[in-house]
Amino acid sequence: MNRSNLMQDARAATLLVLATTTLGIHPAHADDSEAGKLARGKYLVTIAACNDCHTPWREGPAGPEPDMSRMLSGHPQSLPILAPAPISIGWLSATAPTNTAFSGPWGVSFTANLTPDRETGLGKWTQATFAQTIRTGRHMGRGRKILPPMPIPMYKNFTDADLAAIFTYLQSIPPVSNRVPEPLPPAEPAGG
Amino acid sequence: MSKPLWHSIVAAALMSMLGGALPRVADSEIVEQPLPFRLRDTGLYTEGRDLQIDARNLAFSPQYPLWSDGAGKRRWIYLPPGTAIDGSRPDAWEFPAGTRLWKEFSVRDERASAAFGPKVRSVETRFIERLADGSWRYAAYVWNEEGTDATLAHADGIAALPVAGAPNGRYVIPSQSDCRACHEGAAVPVLGFSALQLSTDRDPLSPHAEARSGIDLRGLIARGLIVNLPPSLTDTPPRIAARSPVERASLGYLHGNCAHCHNDSGAGAPVDLILAQSVAPEAAGAERVLRSMIGTGSRFRAHGTSSDTSLIAPGRPDASVLIARVSSRNPRTQMPPLGTRLQDNEALALLERWIADPSHPPEELKP
Repeated sequence: MNRSNLMQDARAATLLVLATTTLGIHPAHADDSEAGKLARGKYLVTIAACNDCHTPWREGPAGPEPDMSRMLSGHPQSLPILAPAPISIGWLSATAPTNTAFSGPWGVSFTANLTPDRETGLGKWTQATFAQTIRTGRHMGRGRKILPPMPIPMYKNFTDADLAAIFTYLQSIPPVSNRVPEPLPPAEPAGG
Repeated sequence: MSKPLWHSIVAAALMSMLGGALPRVADSEIVEQPLPFRLRDTGLYTEGRDLQIDARNLAFSPQYPLWSDGAGKRRWIYLPPGTAIDGSRPDAWEFPAGTRLWKEFSVRDERASAAFGPKVRSVETRFIERLADGSWRYAAYVWNEEGTDATLAHADGIAALPVAGAPNGRYVIPSQSDCRACHEGAAVPVLGFSALQLSTDRDPLSPHAEARSGIDLRGLIARGLIVNLPPSLTDTPPRIAARSPVERASLGYLHGNCAHCHNDSGAGAPVDLILAQSVAPEAAGAERVLRSMIGTGSRFRAHGTSSDTSLIAPGRPDASVLIARVSSRNPRTQMPPLGTRLQDNEALALLERWIADPSHPPEELKP
């Protein structure tokens, strides 16, 4: 290989590094292996802040923090909520201390169990079910509409590869048996 | 009007003006083009004739129709010349590329144009088409008030189209993703056009049953429009092997209204509930469905209930999750979740009668 070719290769490599850095392409993105998908999925679940709402919070030494022993298991069935929260004038919504239940004009929504538990989580889901759920904004890809604050309008822009990676990772985490409640309807208007 | 919607309409209108009408498949090969802006350019009507259905499009009427809040319906299918449906998988017919289906929805409206008969106004016509690559595409066309023209709805649908005669004066045009949510959960995205639905042995107790009209299974066979059907289906028209007329109609209703999600095709909802009837010779008929319904707990838990609940509590409609969800029109819990805002009282009466009867289900299937 002559010097000219070497220089060309070096320039090409530099451009590739610059391009991936500038475009924010994660190195694992191009890795189609199961391990690559798993790593990519873990990365996406982390930066997309799934734990913020799908992992119940507890009071830690430095304040509220996700309880990773119940990672991504959704709103705890042991904390029943039977009615919407009263919302003060000027405010839109209220949040449960676990950050897994949200009360607002839509009623009360509870975050889903994303672990692979077969009866209460995503254990019977397929990758297609998961992708359709995010794309359509419907529960199980076919059912009722997914409620706020799940950021479906943003997440539906994930690529197919991203959704496949996320699902691969979610199927690898420890299953947690936790039956999340059904959503509650909005409160009846006062005096209505 | 939002910018994307406006752009979409302008683009569609330009395509239409530039000859965006769909070619007939006889035009040698199928070329995917943008959806036509006008319904009349999808091939439903005879060219040059005002809203006269093209004779190549065959009307049909499923024996277990989908409940759509009482809307009237007309349906047609087009199969490209020289093609036929492959019926070798009797529960999942393979439709040739170029297949098109239309379903026209109408509501009763005192102000309707005489063109559609007294008190009935067409609101939308849904359209699905199989493309050359085997995929399906979906569209809804919205009729003008005069009933003279229908144009392509935005892919996001219309959440509340003002329509006199619709529930609360508002009609929902489905989004294309909603079309996929129902149609792509089944073994094949064509719903309501199958061996059971087109059987000549029609169920007289089917809720909202329409008079048999258009092509049926026997007609398809006779005209060579379906091939490779198992001999059992060509010899004897299929029917649900139920133990009573009420059970037959109940299972048929659940097949027509719920089976597009609740089936074992692998594409449906990930719950252990099969409501799709099978006409395959080796299938155990209605029993397969009954076993999945009876004696199994429901994933659904109404608030205030802590113990396992049953989809069907034999003899007790009031304790059956099936009745609770079919009668609900709370959008968070209702079944089906799409396409209806009014209870189907005729069907509810049938299902309650079935569950309440002590002879249903059969003893051997009771928990």
